[in-house]
This record gives sequence, structure tokens and C-alpha cells, in this order.
Amino acid sequence: MKKSDHTSEQGYGTTGHEWDGIEEWNNPLPRWWLWTFYLTIIWGLGYTIAYPAWPLISQATTGLLGYSTRAEVAEEIQRVEAANADINGRLASVELTSLVEDPELTQYATSSGAAVFRTYCSQCHGSGAAGVQAAGYPNLLDDAWLWGGSIEDIHTTITYGIRNEHPDSRYSEMPAFGDILSDEEIAQVVNYVQSLSGASQDAQLAAAGEELFVDNCSACHGEAGEGDPLQGAPNLADAIWLYGGDFETLTETVRYSRYGVMPNWDDRLSEAEIRAVTLYVHRLGGGQ
Amino acid sequence: MAILDRHKILETNATLLLIFSFLVVTIGGIVQIVPLFYLENTIEKVEGMRPYSPLELTGREIYVREGCYVCHSQMIRPMRDEVERYGHYSLAAESMYDHPFQWGSKRTGPDLARVGGRYSDDWHVDHFRDPQSVVPESVMPKYAFLERTLITPEYVEDLMSTHRFVGVPYTDEMIENARADFRAQADADSDFDGLLERYPGAQVRNFDGQDGISEADALIAYMQMLGTLVDFSTFVPDASR
Repeated sequence: MKKSDHTSEQGYGTTGHEWDGIEEWNNPLPRWWLWTFYLTIIWGLGYTIAYPAWPLISQATTGLLGYSTRAEVAEEIQRVEAANADINGRLASVELTSLVEDPELTQYATSSGAAVFRTYCSQCHGSGAAGVQAAGYPNLLDDAWLWGGSIEDIHTTITYGIRNEHPDSRYSEMPAFGDILSDEEIAQVVNYVQSLSGASQDAQLAAAGEELFVDNCSACHGEAGEGDPLQGAPNLADAIWLYGGDFETLTETVRYSRYGVMPNWDDRLSEAEIRAVTLYVHRLGGGQ
Repeated sequence: MAILDRHKILETNATLLLIFSFLVVTIGGIVQIVPLFYLENTIEKVEGMRPYSPLELTGREIYVREGCYVCHSQMIRPMRDEVERYGHYSLAAESMYDHPFQWGSKRTGPDLARVGGRYSDDWHVDHFRDPQSVVPESVMPKYAFLERTLITPEYVEDLMSTHRFVGVPYTDEMIENARADFRAQADADSDFDGLLERYPGAQVRNFDGQDGISEADALIAYMQMLGTLVDFSTFVPDASR
């Protein structure tokens, strides 16, 4: 390869390469680009000194700034917790029943409770809290409560849940009457239960079902089917149904019983969060 | 520029260039990968971690088979909003028995790293059958076939042996009892003492509420234990990590 003696208009020579008579100017890199390149190298070195980088024997260098992802997130959480520490502390310690008398607490709890509800409760109870009847997730907007609708009752339900493995969980167990009553008797009881809320029913079957109801159901659901929130026995005399009030659904309920489960939240949510969502649910419309 | 002249030797010799490129990539790889095997913060020991029980492991296989990781991550990042929504950020040790890990890279659905215990078994059954029946806003497809597909522990020993081969500490005893443990975990009336001894904290019940062990049983058993093994009320994270 022969060295070319060509020079460009700017006075630069060629690279010395020649392919079939075609040569290449040896233009230098723009000065600004070259300096930026050198600076990034220097900055990169500085970065590895300032931040955790080089692996050593048992751990990597921690960096002069002492940065760590865990410390950062802990600090961030701490900062937010500290900012809310006052009001959360008040929320967690105030008498539950007097919670609503403090307008500032009420406002705070309702809006933070709404956030808790959307994150933890909406998957079953729906984002609008209307529940899912087909699957037996209770509607929280009405004033029918399985375990009571006072703010203390709701607080207990949310804290310990229903029929889960927590020792303090609420628990009720309706027998599966498929083993106890005949199909005919179940049909009679179902018709009687439908008659309690004035739903259309076979009057003859319903009349025959009254005695069966008194013998088998009234201990929990009450003589008039009014239910008992202390035992989680639903009111059967209103037109509100957890799983549905038609003949087929009620027959299935009586025959096999239903055991809806709600998780306990005491290990996932703080007391302030539980109280906030309690107040939110209480204020949805049906709080007692 | 003597060094550039020497570099010219590499540039004009394809084989040498290949060898030296390979060397450079090897050094880069060693520097980045090897420390992960010995640095203390990447091999943090955490109390409570245990290998998956046979039923959970089978559920995990279904999770992988159905490609759940395409829409669900299992990695709560150390950021406040994630910790608030999903719980304590994930620890490296929590995926130590995952082969392959299910961290995922996209969240069309929510993160599942701590979904265990968050919903009832019934909810999972309803939700797999028809996700929109409980979450109308969901775009998740229906997996109703899971509860209709009965499974047997026919290959569970092989599966566990394979996992042992890649480093999961399954003992001979665990593999010998695999079939019995598989069946015991899906039946609350079974004799499950041995199962609990081998897999502390394993949840035992009929997960899908139906007769027989279905794919839904296995998958829900896996769902309900996700993120529950480490007790975060006593765990103190080492801030320097």
C-alpha cells in the first residue's frame, strides 16, 4: 500500500488505505465529541467510586455516598410514615365509636380507606363495593350485614376475617341439610324461606316448611328469619340475598351450605389502615 | 502510534480477532457474573425458605406452562409504591428454589410475589373459571379447564429429582414420599404430619373444593403459599445490601 500524498481542503492527509484507487480522508473526530468521550470515562470512574460497584472478597465496594436501594426505600417509607405519624397515631388510638366525631380524622380515614379498599378489597367486593352475588361476595352498600354493621363489628371482621385460619377469625357453620332433610323437605323449607320476604312461592309447600324451619333453622336465623349477626346468620326475611334468592340457588344453599371465606388483614395492614378502611366501608351507605 | 500498529495485526487477522474478542467478552462476563455466586448480599440466607412441596411444585409447573409470567411478575421492587401495594419487597432468597425464576418482565396483571393468603380459595376458583365474574375490569383469559383437569403425581418424583439436579435440596426422604405428600396436601382429612415436617408451613386442604386433585388444586396451592414463607414481622433487612 503506498502512502498517498493527497491532502484535503482542511489540510488533513489520508488514512493510507487505498482500495482500487479509492482513498479515505483521515479527518479527526470533532473536538467536542472527543472531549465528551473522555469525560464520560472519567465520570464513569467517579461513579464507581461514589456508588456500590466493584466486587471484592465478601461484598462489593459500598461507594463513598453509602447508597443502597434498601436504605433508600426504607428512608422513603419512613419519611411518609413520619409525615402521617400524628394522624395515623390518633386514628389508631381513638375510641372507634368516637372516630366519626372528629371531622379531620374522618376525612383522612375516608380517603385513605378508599385507597386501601381499592388495593385489598375490590377484587372480591368489587371496585364499587357492590359485591358479586353469583359468587357470594357481599354487597357492602346495602344495610344488610352478616356479622353486624356497626363500626366495631366491621373493624373486627376486617381485622380477623371470616372462616380463615386465624384463631380469632369469625366462624359460623351452617350444616349441609342435604344429609339431614329429604329433597321434598328442602323444597318445603326453601318455599317457606321465600315466603318470609314475600317472594313468589308455592303456598302449600311453604306452609309445610314452617315447622321444618322452626325445628332446623330458627335457632340461628331466628323465629321470623330475622337472622343473628352474632352468629353470622343472615336475615332471611328481607329481599337481600348473599348468593341469590331464587329456588335453585336457595336449594343449593340449604343442601350443601355455603362457607364464604374472607382473609384476615391484621398481618397485612396496620391498625390505622384497618380503621381507615373500616370507616370507609361504614360510610358506604349501610353503616349502623 | 505503535499500539495502533499492533492493533492492526488483530484487525487484519480474522481468527486472531475472533479469539481476542472472545477473551474480552469472557473477562467482562466473569467480572459481572462470578461475584454473584459468592458476594454475601446476593446469597443472603433467609429463615423460613424451603423447597416447594410436591403439590406446590406441580402447581408451579402449571404456572410456567400457562405462561402466567408473561402478564404477572413475581418481583416486588424496592420502591415505596410497590411495597405499599404488594407488601415487603422481594428478597433474592425468596426465589432461591425457583428453576426457572418467575420474576417476569411485564405487569399486565398485578404482581403475584405475595399473593398467598390474600384471597380465599373460592375466589381463586371463581377467578380462574371466569376472571371477569369477580373483577369486571380484568383482561385475563379464562382458565376453567384447570378445575376439570385431574392430575396424578405420576411424574412428581422425576420433577423433584430434576430440581435436585439443578441445586434444590430435596432429600431422598422427600422424593420417596412425594406421591403421598402430593395427595395428602389436597386432603384435609389425610395424615399430613410427615408433609408438614418436610415442608413447614405447607397449607393442607381441598383447594378447589371439588372431588379429586385437579390442576386448579395444584395451582391454588402454589398461589396460596407465594411469598408467605418468610416471616416479615421478625425479618430485619440488612440495609447495606
